This record gives sequence, structure tokens and C-alpha cells, in this order.
Amino acid sequence: MSEAAKHMNDEVAIQINGMHKWYGEFHVLRDINLSVHRGEKIVVCGPSGSGKSTMIRCINRLEEHQQGQIIVDGIELTNDVKKVDEIRREVGMVFQHFNLFPHLTVLENCTLAPIWVRKTPKEEAEATAMKFLERVKIPEQALKYPGQLSGGQQQRVAIARSLCMNPRIMLFDEPTSALDPEMISEVLDTMISLAEEGMTMVCVTHEMGFAKTVADRVIFMDQGEIIEEAPPEEFFDNPQSERTKLFLSQILHNG
Amino acid sequence: MTADVPGMSEGAKVSPFRDPKVRALFFQILVIVTFLAFVYYIADNTITNLEKRGIASGFDFLSQNSGFDIGIVLFVDYNAQTSTHGDVLLIGIINTLAVSLSGIVLATIIGFVFGVLRLSNNWLVNKIASVYIEVVRNIPLLVQLLFWYLAVLLELPNVRESAKIGESIALNNRGLYFPSIVPEAGFWLIPVAFAVGIIATIFVSRWAHKRQDETGQPFPVISTGFGLILGLPIVAALVMGLPFGFEYPAMGRFNISGGWVVKPEFMALFLGLSIYTGGFIAEIVRSGINAVSHGQTEAANSLGIKPNITMRLIIIPQALRVIIPPLTSQYLNLTKNSSLATAIGYSEIVAIFAGTSLNQTGQAIEIIALTMLFYLTISLIISVFMNWYNSRIALVER
Amino acid sequence: MAIVRTERHPELPPPVTQTGVIGWMRQNLFSSWFNTILTIVSAYVAYHAIYAFLDFAIINANFAGTSRDDCTLDGACWVFIKQRFGQIMYGFYPEAERWRVDVGYVLGAIGIFLVLSNVVKSKKWPAVYLFIVYPVICYFLFYGGFGLEVVETSQWGGLFLTLVLASVSIFVALPLGIILALGRRSEMPVVRMVCVGFIELIRAVPLISVLFMASVMLPLFLPEGQNFDKLVRALVGMSLFSAAYMAEVVRGGLQALPKGQMEAAKSLGLGYWQSMGLIILPQALKISIPSIVNTFIGLFKDTTLVLIIGLFDLLSVVKAGTQDKDWLGLATEGYVFVAAVFWVFCFGMSRYSIWLENKLHTGHKR
Ligand SMILES: Nc1ncnc2c1ncn2[C@@H]1O[C@H](COP(=O)(O)OP(=O)(O)OP(=O)(O)O)[C@@H](O)[C@H]1O
Ligand SMILES: [Mg+2]
Repeated sequence: MSEAAKHMNDEVAIQINGMHKWYGEFHVLRDINLSVHRGEKIVVCGPSGSGKSTMIRCINRLEEHQQGQIIVDGIELTNDVKKVDEIRREVGMVFQHFNLFPHLTVLENCTLAPIWVRKTPKEEAEATAMKFLERVKIPEQALKYPGQLSGGQQQRVAIARSLCMNPRIMLFDEPTSALDPEMISEVLDTMISLAEEGMTMVCVTHEMGFAKTVADRVIFMDQGEIIEEAPPEEFFDNPQSERTKLFLSQILHNG
Repeated sequence: MTADVPGMSEGAKVSPFRDPKVRALFFQILVIVTFLAFVYYIADNTITNLEKRGIASGFDFLSQNSGFDIGIVLFVDYNAQTSTHGDVLLIGIINTLAVSLSGIVLATIIGFVFGVLRLSNNWLVNKIASVYIEVVRNIPLLVQLLFWYLAVLLELPNVRESAKIGESIALNNRGLYFPSIVPEAGFWLIPVAFAVGIIATIFVSRWAHKRQDETGQPFPVISTGFGLILGLPIVAALVMGLPFGFEYPAMGRFNISGGWVVKPEFMALFLGLSIYTGGFIAEIVRSGINAVSHGQTEAANSLGIKPNITMRLIIIPQALRVIIPPLTSQYLNLTKNSSLATAIGYSEIVAIFAGTSLNQTGQAIEIIALTMLFYLTISLIISVFMNWYNSRIALVER
Repeated sequence: MAIVRTERHPELPPPVTQTGVIGWMRQNLFSSWFNTILTIVSAYVAYHAIYAFLDFAIINANFAGTSRDDCTLDGACWVFIKQRFGQIMYGFYPEAERWRVDVGYVLGAIGIFLVLSNVVKSKKWPAVYLFIVYPVICYFLFYGGFGLEVVETSQWGGLFLTLVLASVSIFVALPLGIILALGRRSEMPVVRMVCVGFIELIRAVPLISVLFMASVMLPLFLPEGQNFDKLVRALVGMSLFSAAYMAEVVRGGLQALPKGQMEAAKSLGLGYWQSMGLIILPQALKISIPSIVNTFIGLFKDTTLVLIIGLFDLLSVVKAGTQDKDWLGLATEGYVFVAAVFWVFCFGMSRYSIWLENKLHTGHKR
């Protein structure tokens, strides 16, 4: 891996080899090959319906792939429930629509998984949760319910909730696209600081500014395939494929 | 792009206990086995128990003589000495359908009337409708049935003191008596004319639709239809020289003979079911019309469409979509509730077949299975209708 | 030409035709000639109905006395209800033991109050009390044991039996309904088929046939000598019946939840039962509470059907009373009384469910 940046090491965090997925007859993902090193930040972009969500959801097996290999943290994803559980513990995920649990307070949202999955004592889990809520700058909201927060605050809680499990990899699926413009930056700032600490991240996003500053590599997908994969400077300044050029011209125009 | 990763091949073998697919398969086999074991256990016990009690099994009893009288028999001949349990089943089904269908008609009328009244701008009318709805829905149907039967209908005056309208209609604790129609030669033309009227109405409405699509001319389909369906039989009757006579109920001292009679058992069930279900239908109608937003009315008004046309073409079709699914389930409820007849002695399927026939033959399993099968068939028919209706609606919405 | 307003226009009262009693009446009763006719006709009907009812139930009614001879029959004869009140409330439960039923009521009322109100912060202990401790207490309190004299269930009756039937059935039906609902949404075809088959079969047939099945066929299904008493058989029938309806209610709640909830739970590493128990069911049940209450109202009304299989619930006791040869001719009083009792319970619960629904709605918008 020649394009590896300074702070990443050679350990592979995610390895996808020749992966295919079908929804019934529909071939959504075709021959996906990707390897992500520990500490690397990957931004995935591409037109709507190109299979970005599906791909990152395969990484923590919210979706099942039918062919090829996905290895996360040295564990291959198979039907083995125990391994799936293990991987889900190590991989955090942030969704477009936050998916906070509305019947639990912010603090309870954050402590639920540590308590029930990691069997952490409640006090310790709460201390950890408060630490992460401070990191995303909303410790004062801990006792509120998600419905009482703004979209940007909710998404930061969702990030904190994932971090409470001490994941080694974070997946983001369009974390800012359901937010009003003035809330996008608060979420992006959180993600940038997370990146600076060396978290391994795979982000589906159309925030090109974020991609330019944070990403080690940008991946462009179209119609279920990875079309282009390059460091951000090359990707934006000198795209190789026609489809990438078209896509970039469209989003740069609108953005 | 491949990098060698430790443990890549190790994961390929999955322990069968940790594979969710294997687990699911195993669990399902377990469910089937448990289910079969349960059925076997029950069947085994039942066979032993039946043998001990000397109860026959199989459906032979359907052709055995029933030997008991039935209070209300419609359309078929029944005689305790010669008729069979099969006939009892048939009569039970006919009686269930008779009271259910007539109940459905009255309940629908009551429901729509009170549902619309419940939406009235008139405060008093609105309140009266809501009192009706809230009273009727919150009292158990069985209480209402017993009330109508035991406290109202059976407490009516006896035959000698019947309440009369003219000389030919009488109401007393044995029922409602009125003259029967006795067909004479040529009577057949009247039902035929009625059927022709219905068919003609269907054709007229199709033609009118087409004409309005093509020329924009509306046609008074509803009044024409009424004219055809009611008028043709009347014309037929006149043409054949009124081919029927009346047989009047003859009032004796203690008895009335001749004419037609609606027995109190039927009347109580019919009224009770209609009034009870009518309350539920009224709520459905109210919320259905409410669901069609005010925006729709305003949009129509702003287009200059007249209020009664707005109601007919915009509000009602949309409200019906909301109303019909719960309405059909109320119809099914009414049919199922007709089984409460057991408590007041109306001879429907549960009372005479699952009641009297069961007591006489002891063949509980066959009889209850047949009874349930009957209800299952009805609800299947209704759900097939619902699926058809929903798919039609889905098509329209596309 | 520019116009600039510098002073605020003073607030004026609305025209008289829009306010006050007159304005209200003009708008709500006499807005058009048609409405006026409607108002007059319905006022006439309402007046007569209300007058006739009051005349029967209060003005000309008999309250004092001890026997049928004290009934003048100008109006209702509530003496009948008064004389039989003990039976109507408790059936044939021995008079000396009736305090046990009352204690049960009080303990239950406390439990329900603690669960529904916000007096206690955590709902956990009230729920444990109401759903685990209380049923056990009730069993011994009502049936006997621990030094309490045994009262056979055949002696239970009246409103007491009605409440026992309704609460035991809902207590069994809710968990069973949840399991059936989860089964119906399972990815395992066999499990799904079994659940769908059960739910749809039960929902297609009338309760009476299920009760007949429980009372006639259950004894046939069990080995010789093993048998439940009549009440338990009725309870089995009622519980299975309401479980099927409950399953559909819960399924509605489950369907209303966004898919993301389950995905978020999974992505945090929670297993199926953990996700269900901690995330999905608490939310699904909460949004289904109004429908659960409505199902319970239906179940409560349906308890009257045990009359047909020979149990002495409230309706049955009263019916038997009206057929007592010493009290003939008082059927109206009997049924009106039963109707009133049921109405108070059912109307109260339905108001509660409407109130809850509104509260939930506003809660979501927040
Ligand atoms: N559960 C499903 N069943 C069938 N097809 C699906 C399913 N989920 C997604 N698809 C299809 O798979 C394709 C890829 O979907 P995916 O959600 O991964 O796209 P995406 O790149 O994330 O798009 P977007 O930018 O709109 O989120 C789409 O064509 C979609 O219609
Ligand atoms: Mg997506």
C-alpha cells in the first residue's frame, strides 16, 4: 500500500476481497475489493443507489454478502453468530437518521450497549458515557430524551453512543445529509477530531470539504462497483474515469 | 489489492451451532416435532376418552335422525321425525346467514345515519348521536340482547292484547304478525322483472359514464336506476293482473294462525346486532369522513365545484376508501356475534348444531370443527374480498 | 405614495353575533332554517327520552323496601338490586369471607395506581408488584391457603368473577400475544406459519365456539382423570382468544417502528432478545397501549359470554335473579343495572385510552 499516510501502520483493519451481493435477482454489489489499514480514513461517494450504504452495511453484517470475503479485524464474516457479535462490538456505526432510542435518555442510550453487551458496571459505563458526551460537547444534555435535541445534537449523541463501546473502526453512512446546513459543521467537527486521534473510519458522505481535509483515500462507486480509488488531491484534481468526472462536476456545481 | 491477513482461511469453517441458518433450521424442526407430538398426545387421549364414553366418531351422524324440533325454519322443510343432523346444520347456516345479512343492512343504515349526524354542525344533533354511540358501544352485546329479548319483546302484551295496526298487522309477545303474499299464476314475472331491472341499471350506468366521458353530458343514473329496479316489477305485476293475494293472520283467542310472523328471538337478535354494530359503524364513518382533510373540501370549493358534487365526487369516494376495510371487519364481527343467539334461543348454527346436536350425539370434535369451518369460510370470503378491494385501490392510487 | 402605520390598531371585541350565549346558539343550533328544524325536532326527542328515563329510573322508582311486594311498578324497582347486591358483587362467595375479595381489590387498585401514575420514579418495582407479586397474593387470598379457608371457584361469582375473568385473561394474553406477534414477524417460515395459522383461525371464529371448545373438548384432550375446573377451562378459552387479538395489536406497534431502531441495536452488538427486550418491545408496547386498552375493553365485555357455559358472572347472576319466582317481572331493572355497571367501566377505560392516545401524539411531535 504505497499511499499509506504517516500515522497509519501496516495492520489491515478491513479487507474485502471479490465481494458480491444480490437483492433477489438484483446484483447490487459487484466484485468489491478494498483494504483499509488501521488508522486510515476512507471517504466513499457516488450517485444515489450506487450501493454505498449496502457496502458499508456489509462490513458489520447488517447486510449479508453472498460471494467473496470480508475480513474485519482479522475475523472473517461468516454465518458464525459469535464472530458477527464480536465484530459488531468492535465496529461502531453512525446512521443518516441517527437511530437514537427515543424511549431512553441520552445517557441511557450511551450506556445501554456497554452494560448489556460488554457487561460493564453501571457506574463505570456512565462515567465513560459522560466522558464521550463531553467530547462531543453535549454533557449538559445527558438526562434529556433524544426527541428534545436538535438534529445536530442527536447525531453527536449517536457518535458518542458508538464511541462508548470503544470501537476500533467507525462506519458513517451519510451522517450529515439529514441535517440542516447550520448543524452540519458541528457534526463534521466531531468527526474531524475523531480522525485526528487516529480512528479507522469509513465514511459515506458527499461533504467534499471533509473528504479533502480528512480522507486518506476517496472511493467512488457507481452501479455497484468501485470505479475509482485515489488520494483526495488526485481524486478531485485529476479524476481518471468519465463517470467520476461527471459526478464531480454535478456535485461541485450544486454544492 | 490483496494483503495477506492472518486468520483469513480460519473463519471459513463455521461450527454448526453458531450458524444462524443451522440454528433456525434446527429450531423449526423442533417446532414441527413439538407440534406433531402435541397433536399426537391430544389425538391419543381423545380416542381413548371417546372409546371409554362410547361416543362414535366420523361424520355418519350427519345422516342420522335428529329427533328435536327447531323454533325457526326458513326455506327448507324440517321434521323432527325424519330430518337429520345434516339438515340441522343446513338450517343453522341458513338462519345465521339470514340474521347476519339483515343485521348488516340495518346496521349499515344506522351506522351511516349516526356517523353523519355525529359530524353535524348542530350541537344538539351531534350530542344525541354521540350519546347513542357511546352508550351502545360500551355495553356488552349479550346484555343488550337479553335486554331486548327478556325485558322488551317477551314483556309485550299477550296475543289477546296485541298491539295492532289495522286488522292485519299485530305485535305481541309471540312476534310481529303481518299478511303473507300468496303467489298466483304468472307471479314468476315479478322477480324476473326485478332481476332485469338490476342488470339494466348496471348497463345504464356504464353507458352514462362513457357518454359523460365523451360528450360531457351527465346522466341521472341514480334516479333512473331506482325507476328501473322498482318500476319494472310494478309494471310486470300490473301486466299480469296483480298475480298474488294476501293471507291475513287470523287472530284467535290464544293463538294467531296464517300470515307471516317475525319471532321475538329473531327480532331481538336482529335489533340487538344492528344497534350494537351500528354504533361501531357510526364511529368508522365519522373518522372516515374526518380523515378526508378539510383541505380537500377547500380545494374543491376553490375550483368552484358545488357542495353536493364535492361531497359525491371528492369526499365520499375518498372516505369510502378509509371506511370500507374496517366496515367489512364489522360485518364479520356481526356475523360472528350472531352466535350469541344461543343465549336467547334463536336457531342459528351455534345454538342448534353446536348446541342441541352436540348434546345429542356427543360428537364434539366433528361438530365444533364443522362450526368453525363455517365461520372460517365466511371470514376467508371476506378477506378475499378485502384483498381484491385493496389491490383495486392500490391500482387507482398509482 | 408610502403609507406607514405608526400606532397599533386597538384590540376590539368581536361583534355580538359571534360571542356569548346568543352567538353560540346562532352558530351551533340555528345557523339555517334546516338546522333550526333539526334542532327543534331533536330537542323534542331528547326531552322525551331523558324524561322517560328519569321517570323510570328515579322519579317513580322504588328504593325502600325488602321484597317484591314493595315494588309499585310505576317505575324501576331498585329494591331488587338492593336485596341481591351481595350476590351481584360476590356471587356465592361465603359472606364471612368476602373481606378477602375487598382486600384483593384494594391491593390491585394500589398496584394499578403506582404503575399508571408518576408517584414512583422507576416503574420497575410497581410493575414487579402488579404483575408478579399481586397475582400470587390474589391466588391465595381468593382461593385459600396459608390458614385461609378454601373457597371453591364454583362459589365465585358476580362482578368479582367478571373482574377475575378479565384480568386473568389479559394477564395471560399479553405475553402470549407478544410471542405470537414476534413469531408472525419471524424469518423462520415454520414459526411464522404456526403463528399466522393460530392467530387467523382464532380471529375467524366467534368466542363462543372457542369457549365451547374449551369447555367440551378440553376434557377430551386430557388423559382420563385429569381435569380442570370450569373456571380454568373458561380462562383457557378466553386467554387464547384474546391472545390472538393482542398479537395483532402488538404487531401493529412493531410495524410502526422504523427499521433503523433494530439496525442501531444490532450495530451496537445487542443480540435478538436483547434488542427486542430493551429497544423494540418497550417502544412498540408503548405506542400500542391505546389499542391494548381497547382490546381489553372488548375482552371485558366478552366475559359475559361465560353465561352460556354456565359460570355465574355479573350478567349471569342478575339473569338468574330476574328469573327467581319471588322477583318476576323485573328484567328491565336487572339488565339496566348490569348495563350501567359495564358502561361505567368500559366508558372510563375508553376515555383513558383516548386521553393516552392524545398524550402520545403530542409527545411524538415534541
Ligand atoms: N432491501 C433492499 N431490497 C432490494 N433492493 C435494495 C434494498 N436496499 C437497497 N436496495 C437497492 O440497492 C441499491 C443500492 O442501495 P444503497 O442504499 O446501497 O444505495 P446508496 O448508494 O446508499 O444510495 P443513497 O445515496 O441514495 O443512500 C439501490 O438501487 C436500492 O434500490
Ligand atoms: Mg445510502
